[in-house]
Amino acid sequence: MSTRLATGGRLLDRSRTQDFTFNGKRMRGHPGDTLASALLANDQMLVGRSFKYHRPRGIVASGAEEPNALVGLGEGARFEPNQRATTTEIFDGLNAISQNHWPSLEADIGALNSWVARFLPAGFYYKMFMHPRPFWKHVYEPFIRQSAGLGKVPNPGDPDRYEHFHFFCDVAVIGGGVAGLQAALAAAEAGAKVLLMEQTAHWGGRAPVDGGDVDGQPVADWISATLAKLQDMPHVTLRNRCMGAGVYDHGYLLGYERVSDHAPGFDAPRHRLWRIRAGQIVTATGAIERPLSFAGNDIPGVMLASAIRDYAVNYGVSIGDRTVVVTNNDDAYRTAITLKKFGLEIPAILDARQSGGGALADEARGLGIRVETGKGIASVKGGKRVRGVAICAQAGEGAVLEEISCDAVAMSGGWSPVVHLWSHCGGRLIWDEGAAHFRPDPANPPRGANGEGFVIAAGSANGATNLKNVLADAHAAGQAAARATGHAPASGAAPQGTGDDEAPIAPVWLMPQGARYGLRMKSWLDYQNDVKVSDIQLAAREGYESVEHAKRYTTLGMATDQGKLSNINGLAILSDALGQPIPQTGTTTFRPPYTPISLSAIAGAARGPIFQPVRKTPMHGWHEANGADFEPVGQWRRPYCFPRGEEGRHEAVTREIRQTRESVGLLDASTLGKIIVKGPDAGRFLDMLYTGMMSTLKPGKCRYGLMCNENGFLMDDGVVVRLDEETFLCHTTTGGAEAIHGQMEDWLQCEWWDWKVYTANVTEHYAQVAVAGPKARALLQKLSNDDLSAEALPFMGWTEVVVAGVRARIYRISFTGELSFELAVPASRGRALWEALMAAGEEFGVMPYGTEAMHVMRAEKGFIMIGDETDGTVIPQDLGLDWAISKKKEDYIGKRAQERSHMADPNRWKLVGLETLGGEVLPDGAYATAPGHNANGQRNTQGRVTSSYHSPTLGRGIAMGLVRHGPDRMGEVLEFPTLDGGILKARIVDPIFYDKDGEKQNV
Amino acid sequence: MSEAVTPLNGADFEGLATIKDAGLSGMITLRGDLASKEVKAAVKKAVGLGIPLQRQALSGQGTAVLWMSPDELLLLCAYDEVAQKIAALEKALEGQHFLAVNVSDARTVLRISGTGARETLAKLCPVDLSPGAFTPGMVRRTRMAQIPAAFWLDDSGVFYLICFRSVADYAFGALKDAALPGGEVGVYG
Repeated sequence: MSTRLATGGRLLDRSRTQDFTFNGKRMRGHPGDTLASALLANDQMLVGRSFKYHRPRGIVASGAEEPNALVGLGEGARFEPNQRATTTEIFDGLNAISQNHWPSLEADIGALNSWVARFLPAGFYYKMFMHPRPFWKHVYEPFIRQSAGLGKVPNPGDPDRYEHFHFFCDVAVIGGGVAGLQAALAAAEAGAKVLLMEQTAHWGGRAPVDGGDVDGQPVADWISATLAKLQDMPHVTLRNRCMGAGVYDHGYLLGYERVSDHAPGFDAPRHRLWRIRAGQIVTATGAIERPLSFAGNDIPGVMLASAIRDYAVNYGVSIGDRTVVVTNNDDAYRTAITLKKFGLEIPAILDARQSGGGALADEARGLGIRVETGKGIASVKGGKRVRGVAICAQAGEGAVLEEISCDAVAMSGGWSPVVHLWSHCGGRLIWDEGAAHFRPDPANPPRGANGEGFVIAAGSANGATNLKNVLADAHAAGQAAARATGHAPASGAAPQGTGDDEAPIAPVWLMPQGARYGLRMKSWLDYQNDVKVSDIQLAAREGYESVEHAKRYTTLGMATDQGKLSNINGLAILSDALGQPIPQTGTTTFRPPYTPISLSAIAGAARGPIFQPVRKTPMHGWHEANGADFEPVGQWRRPYCFPRGEEGRHEAVTREIRQTRESVGLLDASTLGKIIVKGPDAGRFLDMLYTGMMSTLKPGKCRYGLMCNENGFLMDDGVVVRLDEETFLCHTTTGGAEAIHGQMEDWLQCEWWDWKVYTANVTEHYAQVAVAGPKARALLQKLSNDDLSAEALPFMGWTEVVVAGVRARIYRISFTGELSFELAVPASRGRALWEALMAAGEEFGVMPYGTEAMHVMRAEKGFIMIGDETDGTVIPQDLGLDWAISKKKEDYIGKRAQERSHMADPNRWKLVGLETLGGEVLPDGAYATAPGHNANGQRNTQGRVTSSYHSPTLGRGIAMGLVRHGPDRMGEVLEFPTLDGGILKARIVDPIFYDKDGEKQNV
Repeated sequence: MSEAVTPLNGADFEGLATIKDAGLSGMITLRGDLASKEVKAAVKKAVGLGIPLQRQALSGQGTAVLWMSPDELLLLCAYDEVAQKIAALEKALEGQHFLAVNVSDARTVLRISGTGARETLAKLCPVDLSPGAFTPGMVRRTRMAQIPAAFWLDDSGVFYLICFRSVADYAFGALKDAALPGGEVGVYG
């Protein structure tokens, strides 16, 4: 059983305790414990169930690579699934639950899958659920969905806060082990601005556990001294609990800081996403120990040798009283020696190498430990815990030589450099035959804009083995990074670390090397996704020869740990099955993030009221206070209507229209785009932008204009105002302001750079109010001494007046068809003007109208709306707007395109009005059917509805639509099938339903 | 005559930084050939200042000139002096190709001060705000969270941030969130 030792635990504060629960069971740990170490200290060996077979699973590792110990943390809104116990620091009141089991961890029904494992090989789901096809949707998928997915989704929303932080440095060092510390120091001593990140709460990595001396002092002392030195440097930023999550183009780096995961309740953001721009990135990310593939290597109690050592030294936890060590390299001997020194039993070290180990092996023997060379594990005995191991000759097929009883197995298959961050942005790898691992290829780093590498790997992440080599490599990496960012490295040499001469590793990808099928199908590669040696071999036999295909077929490396333990072992097995060397098989692609990061950290502060910017007009507050029912228009919120009392939307819109048509109404038109265009070439420029002629417009006058893109399609419309000889004011649609301004600058900067034109987007400088209705003039005249008569200010004219004490531009333009004035005043006085108009209009019953009333009134007048009548495929000629296209101009943007045969085709659908025979409202977007069917067996069509409303003015449904040969077919009746299976009949009519001669607006 | 009001109506927030509605401010967009002696003279005449270098600001008594782009400046002055300044510019630049336009009401100005001002902005803007990199007199047109913004640093260590008027609430909300106590990053010494 696992327990807390009387001694050891360098990271613990044994003077204090912290209480937590696991599956409701109360447990106790010390500050400094991870959840994993605390569980082990409480003899909680079983921590979860595997994904497919629901096999019992225990903790395997001590760091970010842990595949098994995934728990749900917290409760309610703070519940978080799939958290690794090995990277979770405990705190008082922590609640954790295990995952993927039912009804309980100890007695799990899903474990039945394990009994039928023989019938659930790789690709089982693909093969089984292919036929019959209809079964997929109704039988298979619901079944698989129910059993798939790891962890639960938290509910309700996350109550914590998250944020981003932008940071810039010369050199970012990822990993705060000895390599990272030394690389950071070397770069900082050269004068580079350095950021050093460490994913755990502690500095120094695993060096304090593994031991050794640096410059004659114990490595732990060197770490403290170096850390102190770095802390004293003002140009160095140190960050622990901050993981380098991803490396992207041009030195962009994401750091994931877990600010208060370990101290909840503290008034701090939970996670912080660092968005870093670094000149150079040093990846000092260390290495991860590989498991060995032998039968039963997934039974709780079988762990990485380094992890067992970590738990003893860092947390004072022993996994068992009797630990068998099995290895193919010298490093695992350290575990045996360490445990022995803690007074624990090592029944045997099984060294798969015939020749055995070096100095460490001698030391182990000296401590009286039995060392067996050329031996391995045939199988592990036990179910939910290790009971013993059967040993065999590594060279054989698994004949049992002896059974040794034990309660823990420490395995080591060698070390793989953590090359993830090196690889994220294209760094290549090379296979190091001698060390049996992939390491960064220094000749092929990720390259920046200048063609030079911007990532340098350092220390064990670069394949360096012992303390001596690691420090030398890291020193060189730090200096190189400094040099690459324009800093001259200091002359000092690398600190001298000790380095034992170790005997070479012997690659062992399967134990024993000739293991029978029965053993291979119990030799786990990917613990979380239940992928075994036999599955990879099956994939290879079935033709999945590419490592990427084998991965997807077997799900190897596709779990939340992304194959940190299984990748190399899996591709070695695949290579063997394919009879090709490992480099030829290659690795799967490493993608960010290194370990999962919270979605909330990515969202950052974008939640609640600042989820998205909401644009508000100067009168927004009044609208809110007066019950406006808002609708989004781009990022603006505009009142759709202003319901009163119990009124619904329809009643409110009807009332607003009646009031406007009969008396006077107000529209907040501030959102309309307003762009100043000025210069000697301004007229010429606008003649190119608009289809109509603008250069002939006289100061004091307004003209409606259409803007097309280069393909001839109508993209915006609005009223152009000539302010003076050189200056125009172009009104755009609400959604078009920024894009049209951008389009203007694009043409001016890229094509007509020699034209003398300046533009400025002044959309938000003005609050704009449309005062519309037969009483509009009477209302305004109450607030102004200026002459607003038709003679002084005729239709399509503008002038400057003072209204309610505010200087305003006033335009005689109309989108309702009524007598209408649009007033533009500085935004800061917009609300005051609005309130003055409301007050003065009381005697006329004035009321505001919203966007829907505006839409209906313009449709009654047959005015088009960009986005309703247009959809990016419509040209002005389709809409009968030929009158707004100048015939005199040589060119305008879109003119050439509109001359192409398809655009000039007389069969194009054209704008008409549609009047239902029974007065009903046609569904928006409904199609008019035509006889026959098309090649796809669908009904032929001959037109569609582009706008459709109930007109309170006419007391019936009115619509606009595009119909083939429409204008030539006045009076014809079309059929529009509705979604409920019915058919609505509508007659083709003139699109102007109201005041065809425009008498009302021109008074 | 009615009083002009800013969208934030004087709002302020005290956190890691102090965020405050800077009130009505006169702003004039001036586009022209910044290298020409005429523009130089006109700016001098209108606000008494020279032409700032790229990403720089020059400030005087109640006025400032901010570099916005290779052919654009932003002139700052008292809110009610804009018409007079524009008239001065127009007079000085008569016959030249230029654009001088009042944009005072199109934007809102926020004042960000206090020890956490740099960190507050660095949470929202992709700008190196370390004291060594962003020094008084610098201007940056950038993105603040999800909106366009520009800010500059005056000699007393106060940041002034300009954004569009319509998103004033969002800007204030985002800055406030970034300045919430407990969110200290602690990287600027």
